[in-house]
Amino acid sequence: MASTAKKQGVGSVIWDYLTTVDHKKIAILYLIAGGFFFVVGGIEAMMIRIQLAVPNNDFLSAGLFNEMITMHGTTMIFLAAMPLLFAFMNATVPLQIGARDVAFPFLNALGVWLFVFGGIFLNLSWFLGGAPDAGWTSYASLSIASAGHGIDFYALGLQISGAGTLISGINFVTTIINMRAPGMTYMRMPLMTWTTLVASVLIVFAFPPLTIGLFLLIFDRMFGSSFFLVETGGNTIIWEHLFWIFGHPEVYILILPAFGIFSEIFSTFSRKRLFGYSAMVFATIIIGFFGFMVWAHHMFTVGLGPTANAIFAVATMAIAVPTGIKIFNWIATVWGGSIEFTTPMLYALAFIPSFTMGGVTGVMQAAAPADYQYHDSYFIVAHFHYVIVGGVVFGLLAGLHYYWPLMFGTMLSEKLGKITFVIFVIGFHVTFLIQHFLGLWGMPRRVFTYLDGQGYNTANLISSMGALLMAIAVIILVINIIMTVAKNQKVGRDPWGDGRTLEWSLPLPVPYYNFAQIPLVRGLDAYWIEKKANNGRMMPSESLEDFHMPNNSFIPFVMSFGLFVAAFGALYFASGKDWAIDAVSGLNVHPWAPWVLGLGLAITVGAMITRSIKDDLGYYVTKEEVLRDLEEEERRAR
Amino acid sequence: MKNRWMNAKWLGLITILAAFASGCGKNHLSTLRPAGEVGQEQFDLMLLSIIIMLFVVIVVSIIFTLAVVKSRRKNLGEDFEPKDVAGNHTLEVIWTAIPIILLIILAVPTVYLTFKQADTQAMENDDGEVNSEEIVVNVTANQYWWEFEYPNVDVVTSQELVVPTDKKVYFNLQASDVKHSFWVPAAGGKMDTNIDGINSFYLTFDDGKAQDSNRLFYGKCAELCGPSHALMDFKVKALPEEEYDQWLADMKNIEEPVQAFADDAAEGQEIFNNSCIGCHAVTPTGAGAQGPNLTNFGDRELIAGYLAHSEENLINWIEDPEAFKPDNKMTGAYDLTDEEIASVAAYLMELKVEEGSGDVETLRESAEESSEEESTESGEEEEEASSEPSEESASDSEEDSSESDEEGGN
Amino acid sequence: MAHMEYNVPSERWPAHPETATMEGKNKFVGFWIFLAGETALFASLFATYLALKDSVPGEDHPLAADLFALPLAFVMTMFLLTSSLTSVYAIYHMRNNNFAKMQLWLGITVLLGLGFLALEIYEFIEYVHHGHTFRSSAFGSAFYFLLGTHGFHVVIGLGWITLLILRNARRGISVYTAAKVNTASLYWHFIDVVWVFIFTIVYLLGVM
Repeated sequence: MASTAKKQGVGSVIWDYLTTVDHKKIAILYLIAGGFFFVVGGIEAMMIRIQLAVPNNDFLSAGLFNEMITMHGTTMIFLAAMPLLFAFMNATVPLQIGARDVAFPFLNALGVWLFVFGGIFLNLSWFLGGAPDAGWTSYASLSIASAGHGIDFYALGLQISGAGTLISGINFVTTIINMRAPGMTYMRMPLMTWTTLVASVLIVFAFPPLTIGLFLLIFDRMFGSSFFLVETGGNTIIWEHLFWIFGHPEVYILILPAFGIFSEIFSTFSRKRLFGYSAMVFATIIIGFFGFMVWAHHMFTVGLGPTANAIFAVATMAIAVPTGIKIFNWIATVWGGSIEFTTPMLYALAFIPSFTMGGVTGVMQAAAPADYQYHDSYFIVAHFHYVIVGGVVFGLLAGLHYYWPLMFGTMLSEKLGKITFVIFVIGFHVTFLIQHFLGLWGMPRRVFTYLDGQGYNTANLISSMGALLMAIAVIILVINIIMTVAKNQKVGRDPWGDGRTLEWSLPLPVPYYNFAQIPLVRGLDAYWIEKKANNGRMMPSESLEDFHMPNNSFIPFVMSFGLFVAAFGALYFASGKDWAIDAVSGLNVHPWAPWVLGLGLAITVGAMITRSIKDDLGYYVTKEEVLRDLEEEERRAR
Repeated sequence: MKNRWMNAKWLGLITILAAFASGCGKNHLSTLRPAGEVGQEQFDLMLLSIIIMLFVVIVVSIIFTLAVVKSRRKNLGEDFEPKDVAGNHTLEVIWTAIPIILLIILAVPTVYLTFKQADTQAMENDDGEVNSEEIVVNVTANQYWWEFEYPNVDVVTSQELVVPTDKKVYFNLQASDVKHSFWVPAAGGKMDTNIDGINSFYLTFDDGKAQDSNRLFYGKCAELCGPSHALMDFKVKALPEEEYDQWLADMKNIEEPVQAFADDAAEGQEIFNNSCIGCHAVTPTGAGAQGPNLTNFGDRELIAGYLAHSEENLINWIEDPEAFKPDNKMTGAYDLTDEEIASVAAYLMELKVEEGSGDVETLRESAEESSEEESTESGEEEEEASSEPSEESASDSEEDSSESDEEGGN
Repeated sequence: MAHMEYNVPSERWPAHPETATMEGKNKFVGFWIFLAGETALFASLFATYLALKDSVPGEDHPLAADLFALPLAFVMTMFLLTSSLTSVYAIYHMRNNNFAKMQLWLGITVLLGLGFLALEIYEFIEYVHHGHTFRSSAFGSAFYFLLGTHGFHVVIGLGWITLLILRNARRGISVYTAAKVNTASLYWHFIDVVWVFIFTIVYLLGVM
């Protein structure tokens, strides 16, 4: 088994990736799939901005526009941002804590394949009768009324990929609790690991409410229940609560790992340890905790009453405090350091003012009566793009450049990277700054067009120009990636020169077993300590011996595929049935639907039973093989 | 170079925000040109938060720029070893405490206004009935039009909300099909029209501000409600109280459909009575109809909520509503030739309410009467209560429209 | 790290065989975290149920008080509580390296679980006869979704434990299988705890 990693040939490489349980390869799978969906979501964004560039435009029809905004939001959050973050979590966290893999390598693979199949399923809606069109929030009354199967694709696709996310979340929490190397205490963990831990805990508690919400929607649309049908006693506000109980922590699930990436970058390229490490950890936990208490600030205008609005307003404002602590700590980290303006550092530096802007408009919205004006206007659109692009996407781009050598053993071009950076950041501010004002001037969000003479024309045109700049930047980034892959110029250990944490202590490319010997961690920034004290060699915590590694498995792929098949059965289950809601009762009957549903579930359950019955004891990497690798590494280093 | 660029960016931002603070946007639809007490309070709160937040942004930017400028490796030399600083208690306490203080400054007016603006007690009397002393409007949002009912005088209109200035106007908000949101940006924040229950709030319109915007404010739907969400606009006509009362009385005075005058319009009326009246009432009654009430159609400012008010636009609209408002409920509900459409349009343009035709005094009396009767025989049809001597002559169309209500309700 | 020995001889059988290996430790921690997620799941379900429990389309539609019979729910509770106890016995014998008795008590657990399931199905059929179905009202939807999700967990748990009994029958017990048995038993306890909440919130609150 050990030799699988060394086989060549396209077929075997593909098979290797289909069956891999190695966190580094899974990171690459997440990166490829997430990157693909990021481009898809970006194209959707461009369509939106083209449509809105001039008043009364007819580039997209009203219905198609709604599908575009829905898919843009859903794709960017669930299929681009989350998986890309998972890519970096997978690539770094086991290495940062000194582990040979995650706690559940099999589940790790299951997570990525569930996400991939969920994402494909959701996007197949474009070709199978129309995409979902009720917004990424898919509020119940409209999502029940929405004709056709679009919303069904949304609910089932998110259910599948959401299950993958939940599994990955459980996996990371367990990994970080159980798999830390000797000496890696909680208060010595790098911030990236800390934020991954907190974000994963949030996933564990936030995704189940979404699962329930989606089930309610699935049952109403596909199996005739009446959770959201007012005439039989249903209540649509339940969806809003469940969605936002998930949706608000989701924002922190996205931003916290980005905070982690930035923390690493600030510290590395300032050549200085993170200022106020314990305050940073504490702030991360507090943000995660408060994240669950503020969901109703998305619902100030729903009519929950002044008491609820006041409580949630004040709770929301409170989150600004730990976030502020973080911003100041980052600045203090930079202060007095020795800044090297690499591409990742540029993104990190641009993040501070951009995210501060997004943060303060967030506090402005916490003032409930003022939010009655901002809510569902372009002001909100501007705000959350400042947070998500200025925070999460900057973090992803920074992470992409920063961790690229760790993942691929090569360096992205710094020159192209900086060009991308300048164009992207300018484009970003041009696109979204002006949207604050559009909202204040009374332009609601999610409008497919606007009339001439309302004073929205210039601002919208400016915004669309900015979007064009961002698109150009992404194209340059893609060119950069292709050129880097084509050149394939390998770099060695610690390519940035100032690596501080354990992952940079490893040779590049990282061996499939990560650590020949599990290192002994002697403090925060473990590698930096050894650079100063031990000439950059990690102290081993164990003697060199055979060690255990998990087997590859095709079962995760099969399990996910089964759910993918079952989803089609569920999707068409209610088509044309007389008990179904109006949205689908007029469609053709698909008599095969229950069978497909059953077949898909049978595939998944069968795969689960196989997994349970068959022992999977893994294999051993021999001492001799590791020694060979070490000698090879020595030779190359010379 | 990087820093200069950063500075330039912030300078630009501050200039823009300064421009913003002085007020921007159009009088009739900008949140920054508040037209009443509610909007003004919200605007003041927005200003307070902007000032606090601008302070934060400026402080952060200055410290940040200093930090970056001071610490460039180019200046410090490649071998410079920065001193590791684990933390600083005083600093950390300062940047925890100051935000807390700033947030408390913001939280106090927030909580105060949240409760103040949610106070709609006055709209009901002690028996839980609509208070006839107050201006109350029942708003029903439909895909993609608005119905406005004045429960105290049993008048229904649509698309164009008429309100008195300098008085609190209370709203009961509900949607009939999917969730919408009722927003008059200049007058104040929005509130959702749910399908599960009724939301209530109030707005006010200053007479002076109303004059500044020709007594016409724009209203919008602020919750995604389907393909034509973007076109679900309405107008708010803010009139001085006497004019408002007169308008109500005029509306109330219409018990039978206005008779067509011109020949083609008369023809149109007949066609209308055969093809359209199932959904559209032409007397100001019958809340909850399937289509907008057209009683005063000829007086309105816009067609379909957003097209200029001309006969040509009206003809185009009736010919192919789908082209203007995708997914609307009117498409395919009738089959008319071009000539027929032209006649109907001519008829509709004649549907005007004669100014001064109604008697304000009678209106007031009937309002009081109606509220009394309602409290005795609760739940009865409103037409009964407000009926005048000519009860027998209740027109066919009225019956038709109320029948269609029942169908619509099912 | 030396090669791991799964088949530990009885004289070296650890006090906690389920966490004797790294995989066992991971399973233990990971499963508790999974149960935390499950708690959030059921919390959302209970919230939905409480929001909709009195929501029916007309006055002639039955409500909780018209339907629920406490004696039956009580018997079901007893079945499930007892099965939780018998699964504790199974774990006790697992820790004592007594394979036969572990299998026996797991078997009894399954039988009790089946009894519970049979009663629940009977109960549902009764309700359907009274016109209380998944589609008849929001109350019905919420009721069947909550109890159905719990019942589905019972089915999964039964399938899981049965599968373990079968696979163990050929392999006997080891620290590798001990971890599997222990997680299944944790799952079963969780199902039991959820039922206690269902009994209180759905049945007791319903008839009061």
